[in-house]
Amino acid sequence: MQTFDLEAQGLRALNATLHAQASDTNQTAWEVVNPRGSHAIAVGLDAPIEVTVKGSTGYYCGGMNKQATINVHGSVGPGVAENMVSGTVVIEGDASQYAGATAHGGTLIIKGNASSRCGISMKGVDIIVHGNIGHMSAFMAQSGNLVVCGDAGDALGDSLYEARLFVRGSVKSLGADCIEKEMRPEHLEILRDLLERGGCDAKAEEFKRYGSARQLYNFNIDNAY
Amino acid sequence: MKDDNSHGAPRTVPIQSATFTNPVNAEIRRAAATGIYDIRGGGAKRKLPHFDDLLFLGASISRYPLEGYREKCETSVTLGTRFASKPIELDIPVTIAGMSFGALSGPAKEALGRGATLAGTSTTTGDGGMTEEERGHSNKLVYQYLPSRYGMNPDDLRRCDAIEVVVGQGAKPGGGGMLLGQKISDRVAEMRNLPKGIDQRSACRHPDWTGPDDLEIKILELREITGWEKPVYIKIGGARPYFDTTLAVKAGADVVVLDGMQGGTAATQDVFIENVGQPILACIREAVRALEDMGMHREVQLVVSGGIRGGADVAKCMALGADAVAIGSAALIALGDNDPRWEAEYNALGTTAGAYDDWHEGNDPAGITTQDPELMARFDPIEGGRRLNNYLKVMTLEAQTIARACGKNHLHNLEPEDLCAVTLEAAAMAKIPLAGTDWYPGKPGTGY
Repeated sequence: MQTFDLEAQGLRALNATLHAQASDTNQTAWEVVNPRGSHAIAVGLDAPIEVTVKGSTGYYCGGMNKQATINVHGSVGPGVAENMVSGTVVIEGDASQYAGATAHGGTLIIKGNASSRCGISMKGVDIIVHGNIGHMSAFMAQSGNLVVCGDAGDALGDSLYEARLFVRGSVKSLGADCIEKEMRPEHLEILRDLLERGGCDAKAEEFKRYGSARQLYNFNIDNAY
Repeated sequence: MKDDNSHGAPRTVPIQSATFTNPVNAEIRRAAATGIYDIRGGGAKRKLPHFDDLLFLGASISRYPLEGYREKCETSVTLGTRFASKPIELDIPVTIAGMSFGALSGPAKEALGRGATLAGTSTTTGDGGMTEEERGHSNKLVYQYLPSRYGMNPDDLRRCDAIEVVVGQGAKPGGGGMLLGQKISDRVAEMRNLPKGIDQRSACRHPDWTGPDDLEIKILELREITGWEKPVYIKIGGARPYFDTTLAVKAGADVVVLDGMQGGTAATQDVFIENVGQPILACIREAVRALEDMGMHREVQLVVSGGIRGGADVAKCMALGADAVAIGSAALIALGDNDPRWEAEYNALGTTAGAYDDWHEGNDPAGITTQDPELMARFDPIEGGRRLNNYLKVMTLEAQTIARACGKNHLHNLEPEDLCAVTLEAAAMAKIPLAGTDWYPGKPGTGY
C-alpha cells in the first residue's frame, strides 16, 4: 500500500503520480490521506489500480476515470466520476449534485444519498445508489442503468433517451417523456446483477422500472413548450 | 385615396410595406401552413454594422509605412501563454472554428485539417467528438468541451493540443443545438451513444457546473487530467462581452474565444439566429476593455469570430485588440459550400447558391454538410485542403498588406488609432472615431 498525504504533497503531485502508473504497475494499492475536501482528486486515471481516499472530497473526484477503482471513505462533492469511461468508484457516504454526469461506462456506487441531477446525461455508466436521489436525476440520460434503493425526487428522467431507471421507493414526479415501464424477466436479471455488484440489500422484485416513452425523439412543434 | 382609372386618371403606385416585406409575408404564410418554426444553419443574415464600416487610415507624414512586398511583417501568434506548459504556436492568426463531425462529413473535417496544417494554423473539433480524420490531418487540434459531452473521452483530451470549453456561440447565445435524425448515420450515432435516426439534442448548459466559481473548478479538473500542458480556451457568444470575458479570465482561461452573432451554427431556429446576441463589431472592444481592466490584455489571448471574410477583416480585428480570429462559414465556402456549380441542385432544393442554409437536412449538393455517402463522395478532401490553404494564405497576405501600409511589422502591432469609422453605428460599437472627426458616440469626456 502506497500512502499519499494530500495536504503535505499537493494535488498536482497526487494526480501526476497516479497518472504515471502503467497498466502493469505493481504499485496497485494507494491510500490518500488528508483530502480535506479537495477538488479533482484522482482524476483522469488510466490504470488498474485501487485508490482509497480517507475522508471527504470536493468537486469531480474520480472524474474521467478509466480502469481504476476509487473508494472514498467519506462524502463527495459535485460531479463525482463525471464522464467516467470504465472502472469503479465507490462512495461510502453521500454524493452532491451531478454524480456520474455524462459517464460513458464503469460503475458508480453511492452508499448514502445522491443529490440532484444524479446521472445527468449518462452515456453508459451503471449508477447504484443505496439511498435517495434528488430532483432532475437522469436528465437526458442516454444509456446505462440507474438503480435507486430509496426514493427519487421531482422530474425523474426528464427528456430521457435509452437509459434504464430502477427505483425501489417513491418517485415524487416523472419528467417529460419518462414513464413507468413493465419489468420483464430480462430487466430483473439485469437488476439482480446490479444489486449484487452494488452490495445492496434489496430484491429486484421490489423495484419499478422507468424509461423513455420515446415521444421526444424526433422534432415536432408540439414538443416545443 | 383610390383613383378611378376609367376616366384615364393616373393610379396610385402599389407600394410594398417596409415592415411587411415579401420575405416577411412569405415566412408568415410558411408558418401558417406548417405550424413549425424555421430551423436553418449559418449565422445572422440581417444587415448589421460590420467591419466594412471601418477603414484603415494608412501611413502619411506622421506614420512611416513599410515597403509592401519586401519588408518583414510577422503573422505568428502564440495562444495559451498564461498557464499551459505547451502553448499553441501558429504561423498565422487565422484559425478554424469548431464545427462538428455530424454537422460536417468526415472528408470535410479532413479537408479542414489538411488546409489548416498547410497554412500553419489550428482546427477545432465540435459537438460529437474527435474523429481520426481531423486528428490525423490537423497538426494543431483544439478539442471542444461542450455541454452534451458527445464523444468526450480522456484519451482524446490527452491527444489534443488545446481544450475549448464552450459556454456559448454567437449564433445562439443561451441556446443548445439539435442534430436532426436525417444526419445520424451509424457512425455519428455510435460516437454520440444514441440510436440511429433520432434527433440529438445538445444541451444549452453544462451538466456539471453552473457558474463561474464552478467553472474554475472544472478547469482545474481538466488541467489536472492533462497535466497542465494544454491551453484552456473558453468560448463565449457575443452576449455580454465585458462581463463574460471578465468571468472567463477569473475562471482561469488561457484564451477567450468571442463569437459574434454573424458566426454560424449547424442548425438552430432562425428566430434565434437573427434576434439574439450582438454583432461582433460591438463585442471586441468590450472584451479588450475587460482584459485591460484586469491587466490581462495579451496575457490572456483573445480570438474573435463571426463574419470574418478576408484579410481586411482580420486586420481590423487585430487593430481592435484581438490576438487571432477564427473562421467557420468562410472556411466552408472555401471548401466549396454554396458554390454556383451546384446551382441546379440548389434550385431543386428550393434555394440558390449563396442562400443554401438547410445544412441540418443533410442534402448538401457540395457534399460538405452531409452524411449521405453519395453526396460525400463528391467532395475531395485533398482538393478541399488545397483550396482552404490558398484562402488562408490570401487572407494573411491581405492583412500583411494593410499592416505594412500602417507601418506595422507585425499584425499584432495594428491598433485602434489605425482605424476610422464611416458610420455612427460602427463608431459607437467599435469605439473608433467617425471619419473626419476625433469623436465617437460615448467617447469619455465628450458628454455624449
